Amino acid sequence: MSRKKLLLAAGLSFALPAQAETLYELSGKVTAEARYFTQDAQFPQQDYSSNLSFTVEPEFYWEWNEGIDSLTFTPYLRVDENDNERTHGDIRELSWIHIGEDWELRAGLRKVFWGVTEFQHLVDVINQTDSVEDFDGEDKLGQQMINLSLVRDWGIVDLYLLPGFRERTTIGKNGRLRSGLVVNNDLASYESSAGENHIDTALRWSHTLGDFDLGAYWFHGTNRDPKLLLKNSNGTTYLAPYYEQMDQIGFDLQATIDSWLWKLETINRDTQSENYWAAQGGVEYTFYGIRNSSADVGVLLEYGWDERGENADAAIQNDLFIGARLTLNDVDSTEMLAGMSHDLDYDSESFIIEASRRYGNNWKLSLDGRFFSSDNPADLSYNIKQDDHLQITVERYF
Amino acid sequence: MTVLKKSLNSLVVLGLMTAPLIASAETAEEKGTRIAIEAKASDKGWQDMQTSMNMILRNKEGQESIRDIRLKSLEIENDGDKSLSVFDKPKDVKGTAFLSFSHAVGADDQWLYLPKLKRVKRIASRNKSGPFMGSEFSYEDLSSFEVEKYTYKFLRDEPCEGGTCYVVEQYPVDKNSGYTRRVAWLDQAEYRPWKIEFFDRKNTPLKTLTYHEYNEYEGKHWRPNLMKMVNHQSGKSTDLTYSDYQFKTGLDDNDFNKNTLKRAR
Repeated sequence: MSRKKLLLAAGLSFALPAQAETLYELSGKVTAEARYFTQDAQFPQQDYSSNLSFTVEPEFYWEWNEGIDSLTFTPYLRVDENDNERTHGDIRELSWIHIGEDWELRAGLRKVFWGVTEFQHLVDVINQTDSVEDFDGEDKLGQQMINLSLVRDWGIVDLYLLPGFRERTTIGKNGRLRSGLVVNNDLASYESSAGENHIDTALRWSHTLGDFDLGAYWFHGTNRDPKLLLKNSNGTTYLAPYYEQMDQIGFDLQATIDSWLWKLETINRDTQSENYWAAQGGVEYTFYGIRNSSADVGVLLEYGWDERGENADAAIQNDLFIGARLTLNDVDSTEMLAGMSHDLDYDSESFIIEASRRYGNNWKLSLDGRFFSSDNPADLSYNIKQDDHLQITVERYF
Repeated sequence: MTVLKKSLNSLVVLGLMTAPLIASAETAEEKGTRIAIEAKASDKGWQDMQTSMNMILRNKEGQESIRDIRLKSLEIENDGDKSLSVFDKPKDVKGTAFLSFSHAVGADDQWLYLPKLKRVKRIASRNKSGPFMGSEFSYEDLSSFEVEKYTYKFLRDEPCEGGTCYVVEQYPVDKNSGYTRRVAWLDQAEYRPWKIEFFDRKNTPLKTLTYHEYNEYEGKHWRPNLMKMVNHQSGKSTDLTYSDYQFKTGLDDNDFNKNTLKRAR
């Protein structure tokens, strides 16, 4: 894998011009994160109640030909006190962009986000989840790609060639917020004989029509979500990831009308083992300038559905989400978000609260609390029912 | 000379208006509207513009906070402008970009790009009265001036920094505006604003904006280097300094879409 990245870097460096015309910029951040778990762990080898973790993420940026060409390099490193799997590095981005009149070419390791909803990102399919980062699935690994983007009167068309696949990172035996059985990535296998070298393709169209922003795509390639099989290795039972091939179509829509945002995401996923539909939809309403202050309060309501119901290996199959977001719009960008999810099949619940603000010009402080309840062992969230925690994150930007 | 040129200008503008008016029979409302139309017409034809904005936010105790933003905008005939802003400071929002298609009438179309998530979000534009980046400027204060956004009433002529000024009261048409009215001082020679007083929804004085260090670009487009906004109710203030103004740089519609938003930086 790392050799491939080096070759890619070497290829990109040919595109670099003479020093004189190049604009160079360095920015980035370092973070320190402390977690305190309020309950005793459910599984052996998780016997601790606090955890420290540090990250560094610099971003190097070069621009030449008056901005027609640019290169971004964003390495990432996390060091974790307890979980060896969470201690990891990645290249979040090593990407070259070339801009034409009504097209652009983007090549290298990149991150792409698709979708409109807040509590689940169903249609977001290009990048693999970096799941050791956090349990919410928001963090992604860089994906190697060649992406041609065409701007037309009738929308933006993106063509993707994705040479090679990244396996999902998984929490190690000493990590919390995991399943009872540890996922062992050394036991990963693939449906495709090409394995992790399968070349995936995707085609997406997106457009704005008045108050509506919409997108549709087709993806053909390796399913980012592995099936987890029971396997034995050296006398220990593990979960072994099995990556199937899939064809997926997806559709996303947002209507922005006055203070209302109406959102819908839906997919159809066709693999060797199943063919199903899933959807996430909802609404967000914002009260502006509450009580004559400059603060806004947004209220969110979403519902997630999966045709497979309780047979789904997804955590969200018949789940309701409500949330509230307070934005003070002050000098320090103070924000607070509270959200609750309720699984209508299993009656399990989770509650999250997030608050953040800036200190001075370069510091940011975040406080998070996550609380889970589940009493049905068939429910995926049963695994993390004793992993309630408080988290404080200090970020320093440079 | 200028008086003659001005009345000729007015005649041309008046000729374009549906109801032909005779200057002497003008009501205060008609005169206020005419001045707005003339002001808009006098700046017409700037095509596109790029500039850097630096904001210094000060609270009552004098503590300062910095915002650095780069702005590109495109003049659209018979509608509001298109604009793309990129934030450089504070550093935690570096790379965040904002795309806006403003409209003379109705809600603007606005998208926000969040670089950490690589996510483009369409946002509700109802929030006109909200503070821009925690500053004393609201979104509506920074949006392009369109005649249709207000109704008008001419108050008086008054000496001002730019010579003699028209003093005109402006009443926002949009019910979501944070103001009941604004009082604007525009000089008679070039229609440059020198001062605007803002009155909140209860019609009490809220803020005063003053314009400083005007320069002329491309022979007719006057832009200030400095705008100072003082909030009388909170004691906070924001100084907005513009630098590196460039006009007619060749921007077009292709420079204002979700692709350019994602790589704006």
